[in-house]
Amino acid sequence: MIGYILRRMLATIPVMVIVAIFVFLLLRLTPGDPAAILAGDAATPDQLEKIRDRLGLNDPLYVQFFTWAGQLLRGDLGTSLISNTSVSSMIGNRIGPTINIALMTIVISVALAVPMGVIAAWRHRTWVDFLVMSFSVLGFSVPVFVIGYIFIQIFAIELRWLPVQGYVAPGENFGKFFLRAIMPSLTLATIYVALIARMTRASMLEVLGEDYVRTARAKGVRENVVLFRHALRNAAVPILTIIGTGFALLISGVVVTESVFNIPGIGRLTVDAILARDYPVIQAMILLTAGIYVVVNLLVDISYSFFDPRIRY
Amino acid sequence: MTDTTRSPKSAFSSLTRLISVPGGARLGAGPNIAAVILVIIVAASLAAPLYVPFNPLEMNALSRLQGPSDLHPLGTDPFGRDIFSRVMTGGRVSLLIGVGAAVVSVALGLVIGLVAGFFRTADAIIMRIMDSLMAIPAILLAIALVALNGPSLGSVIIAITIPEVPRVVRLVRSVVLSAREEPYVEAAIALGSPMHKILFQHLMPNTFAPLIVQGTYICASAILIEAILSFLGAGVSTEIPTWGNIMAEGRLYFQIKPGLIFWPGLLLSLCILSINLLGDTARDILDPRMKKREG
Repeated sequence: MIGYILRRMLATIPVMVIVAIFVFLLLRLTPGDPAAILAGDAATPDQLEKIRDRLGLNDPLYVQFFTWAGQLLRGDLGTSLISNTSVSSMIGNRIGPTINIALMTIVISVALAVPMGVIAAWRHRTWVDFLVMSFSVLGFSVPVFVIGYIFIQIFAIELRWLPVQGYVAPGENFGKFFLRAIMPSLTLATIYVALIARMTRASMLEVLGEDYVRTARAKGVRENVVLFRHALRNAAVPILTIIGTGFALLISGVVVTESVFNIPGIGRLTVDAILARDYPVIQAMILLTAGIYVVVNLLVDISYSFFDPRIRY
Repeated sequence: MTDTTRSPKSAFSSLTRLISVPGGARLGAGPNIAAVILVIIVAASLAAPLYVPFNPLEMNALSRLQGPSDLHPLGTDPFGRDIFSRVMTGGRVSLLIGVGAAVVSVALGLVIGLVAGFFRTADAIIMRIMDSLMAIPAILLAIALVALNGPSLGSVIIAITIPEVPRVVRLVRSVVLSAREEPYVEAAIALGSPMHKILFQHLMPNTFAPLIVQGTYICASAILIEAILSFLGAGVSTEIPTWGNIMAEGRLYFQIKPGLIFWPGLLLSLCILSINLLGDTARDILDPRMKKREG
């Protein structure tokens, strides 16, 4: 088991190295002068030279790469071209809200989606199943920000139950945090719920046809025990997989949701950086999000054997 | 990354699924309604220049932010432009982006996937690169690409395409890997058929059914991503109206004029919903086993 975890961890290294090379080349291989792209049309030759100097664009490509990679390995993510502060401290200042909203979203999503999927499979081809599947298709089809605005229109403008936008740290005032975080989390959860419910249903349908489910029922095991102990545990692996791969959707969703609800998180930071062409920040954010995705999927892989003891490494 | 495991039972259950589909009862009315909605939206968008009452770009300072009237069925936007004309015309570009992204990513993914599936040495390298690309969130990659390449229609299509390619590659590769073990492929190899013949004549046709399905999903998600890119300020420039940039412009005026987001949002959602439903139907008919490859 420990050997497997170590091997699996080692396997993430090439992935991250390729992501790093890709991010590095993204700017350099874009047609045109990278400095001119970053500085915009109105830049003076002086400003261009300054940017070249700052990013080391005058050096040969491989020198640039190894300088950058060396800094990266020492934990130095570089310095913002716009605000001149270190990228790591910028991320540090903004990551709190994002983590809180993301955690709340995951909790809401799993708590809603798994029972939805289980019930849909249990009552296969009834109106409950139809309702869950309709919601799931709908969740994929409406853009995240439209969902956000529909929520704002209903809960903040018409009903006046919740504030329209903004963010308060949970440590400061948990009640205020909760009121402001609930709409963004629900918005973000929609697509995740759709994804997980769909996979839960498909996976449960497969398992509910197995012999041991029939045996359990024949023994007179209570239906909820059959569903959640016998069936769901065996159906868990694909569900976990989709929670892991769906994490990329969640990250993309965070970027949009933070813009809709004016949350000062790293999603907002990324969009601002990209629009301002603040390349060191863009590089760092792509690396960071890819890193988070890789780690989440590593944890998902490792957790398989916990849910399904048949899986041994 | 792990592939979802297949239990031996699934071959049987997919067989029964396949048999039950042509009966039609299982499909219900959903796909028919979806097809009708999609045809109406596509036709209405393509024909938009023929019937919209106003030039979608024509600004009029005297009629800013008007409510619905006989003249302006959905009212006007902050620049006095007719919202109905803009939304209907906007569909053209959104649909073009959807279809364009689907075609380009399927074509690229097909070629790379065939190579990865057939040549063992290339496989390891290609799949590492694809895994890495998949680790980068699509939206981030796409906005970064648009920001660097400029907000033209072409660069938006490319930006949407690149994150989709790895998914197509994985699909094509998995089909090729299982097809190349089939006796007819082994026979072709043993007979000394040339490589291109094996690749394009024997292996490639296996990928068509799943690719049609995957292509419809990519088309739907491309329309969605275009909207998100525009919303974040990295979409097609606003001189070309799209559903996405109409909504993006509507953001600031949301509290006064929610219709700027809701009307294009409604059409876009209906359109994506229909495409997704038709994709599901096509999947059930063409290749029931694909259910297993989701995600």
